[in-house]
Amino acid sequence: MVNSIEVKDLTLTFGSVSVLKNMNLHVQEGEFIVLLGPSGCGKSTLLNCLAGLLDISDGQIFIKGKNVTWSEPSERGIGMVFQSYALYPQMTVRGNLSFGLKNAKVPQPEIDKRIARAAEILQIQPLLDRKPAALSGGQRQRVAIGRALVRDVDVFLFDEPLSNLDAKLRSELRVEIKRLHNQLGNTMVYVTHDQIEALTLADRIAVMKGGVIQQLAEPLEIYNRPSNLFVAGFIGSPSMNFLKGRTLDNGRAFQFGSTRIDLAGYEGGAVLERDDAILGVRPEHITVSTTPLAGPSLAAEVEIDENLGADSLLWLKAEGTTMSVRVPVEGRLPPGTKVHLGLDIPKASIFDAKSEQRI
Amino acid sequence: MADLSVTAGAMTGPRGQKPKRALSPTNIMLYGTLIVIAVYYLIPLYVMVVTSLKGMPEIRMGNIFSPPMEITFQPWVKAWSEACTGINCDGLSRGFMNSVYITVPSVIISIAIASVNGYALANWKFKGSEAFFTILILGAFIPFQVMIYPIAILLGSVGLFGSLTGLVLVHTIFGMPILTLLFRNYFSSMPEELFKAARVDGAGFWSIYFRIMLPMSMPIFVVAVILQVTGIWNDFLFGVIYSSNELYPMTVQLNNIVNSVQGVKEYNVNMAATLLTGLVPLIIYFISGKLFVRGIAAGAVKG
Ligand SMILES: Nc1ncnc2c1ncn2[C@@H]1O[C@H](COP(=O)(O)OP(=O)(O)O)[C@@H](O)[C@H]1O
Ligand SMILES: [Mg+2]
Repeated sequence: MVNSIEVKDLTLTFGSVSVLKNMNLHVQEGEFIVLLGPSGCGKSTLLNCLAGLLDISDGQIFIKGKNVTWSEPSERGIGMVFQSYALYPQMTVRGNLSFGLKNAKVPQPEIDKRIARAAEILQIQPLLDRKPAALSGGQRQRVAIGRALVRDVDVFLFDEPLSNLDAKLRSELRVEIKRLHNQLGNTMVYVTHDQIEALTLADRIAVMKGGVIQQLAEPLEIYNRPSNLFVAGFIGSPSMNFLKGRTLDNGRAFQFGSTRIDLAGYEGGAVLERDDAILGVRPEHITVSTTPLAGPSLAAEVEIDENLGADSLLWLKAEGTTMSVRVPVEGRLPPGTKVHLGLDIPKASIFDAKSEQRI
Repeated sequence: MADLSVTAGAMTGPRGQKPKRALSPTNIMLYGTLIVIAVYYLIPLYVMVVTSLKGMPEIRMGNIFSPPMEITFQPWVKAWSEACTGINCDGLSRGFMNSVYITVPSVIISIAIASVNGYALANWKFKGSEAFFTILILGAFIPFQVMIYPIAILLGSVGLFGSLTGLVLVHTIFGMPILTLLFRNYFSSMPEELFKAARVDGAGFWSIYFRIMLPMSMPIFVVAVILQVTGIWNDFLFGVIYSSNELYPMTVQLNNIVNSVQGVKEYNVNMAATLLTGLVPLIIYFISGKLFVRGIAAGAVKG
């Protein structure tokens, strides 16, 4: 399979601060890659490097096998969509769409053809002669996507394109971007700090922190087998429960406070005996029962329960640690109730507390 | 019981739009102060206008506040085309044209260069661009009296001393720091993503400047034009130093008319001449006052 984008040992420093550190990334043709991470971790910086909007300090970038490390943004075969839409305010929608093509000296009939096609795909035909100021946020972002579309490029770069929209529009456009990807089959690199967007859109997610890719994998893999504590805590809402303790019996059990949890069925590497270990269990992988359970379990007391509509969240205290559990609405329990938590060990993760890596 | 009192309050209590009192103490203070200040600034203007419309005999009668008994435009005509400035007796008209020849190219050239400077410094940062900018801004704080003599020598050595071209050059250079600052701040406050989008669209330095930035920055251009027109039109020092007798700008000629020692002081002509000289900046302010405020506010958003 051809690599559509290949980043080799990319380093970028602003003055003395290094924002991207020796980064390597391979994106396959037609793949939808999401760069996910907290604000300030270097997602936009990486995207701007791919686009050629930032001069990199070291390394190489290839797009479709061509070394574009020193190429101008317009020569890289990319289209880009920005968070603030970045439409040219004094031009009509048609002017916005044709600006790049005119710069590239594309003949007028071809420009008209491409605008017509983009307008049809994005359903913005009625807006073509309006100025951006006369458009709603969602319409503006469609036009911005259209501007990338008419360029007829292989690689689309999105920098938090939905962050300025309200929740309803955001989910609508999210679906539309997914549909666009299915329809066009382009390579897409999509930056977001929203994990729902990442999990729903991505073929693969690159979770970033501090200018380093922490894990690059398919969404389910990231969700089920986070490679380290950061990824585990960042993905999932509410966050994964982390139980600090140690492993015993050559890794067959986990000691959490006074509770011994049987680790049979854990799907990781050799756990061995570790003095500092963390057992991570997602709120949705815990069951609540008022009677003692047979499998690996934990006594706890309900503190708060939050009704989320579709289901509800129980916040409990077990061995002095606050935990959250997602339960069906019927399973709601009043504060103070003593319960037993059943842990789904095959879906849990165990981390080494020092290296923070998954075992 | 409690229910009852709430209902009573709801019937009689405040409801709807809160009434505004026109003559509240705050308003009296506010408008009183404003009126006093306005009068303070308007009285001299009033005196100038009425004096310029009186004949000399009426002026000698002494009351500078009384409106003219007989309106005459003779002082205006004289100030414009007949008043003597030592050698010539063709009034301010020559100075007016000189000022136009000085102001128009100075304004256009300085703004053209400074806007490109500001754009480059805001959007195309290069190694040392911040240092360059700092040095340029420092230039604005050096008292220009220090530079008068060196510049005279420089102009002399390239043969521009005493010419309009030389004066235009001086005005252009002296306007550069503040104008560059103005434009740089304005362009920095524009969304950076717009600039990035244009680069992805294959637009270069000039294309982005003319097609994207210029159309979005009319307010700041208006501010720059006002600053420069008034500054250069009102300039006296550079005019008197770097130009010569025939080429004196209007301000210098005004001074020569008002201070000419021969004959009696013609107050009405002097007032008319002063008003004529101030007319250009005044008109500029009237036309573009609103745009000016808007542009200043926009430029001040981000430094
Ligand atoms: N022009 C710049 N100069 C210095 N530091 C910068 C610059 N641009 C970004 N940074 C820093 O680089 C880091 C990554 O920024 P960015 O890529 O925008 O993060 P995000 O992941 O939120 O998109 C941040 O810590 C930011 O402060
Ligand atoms: Mg960002």
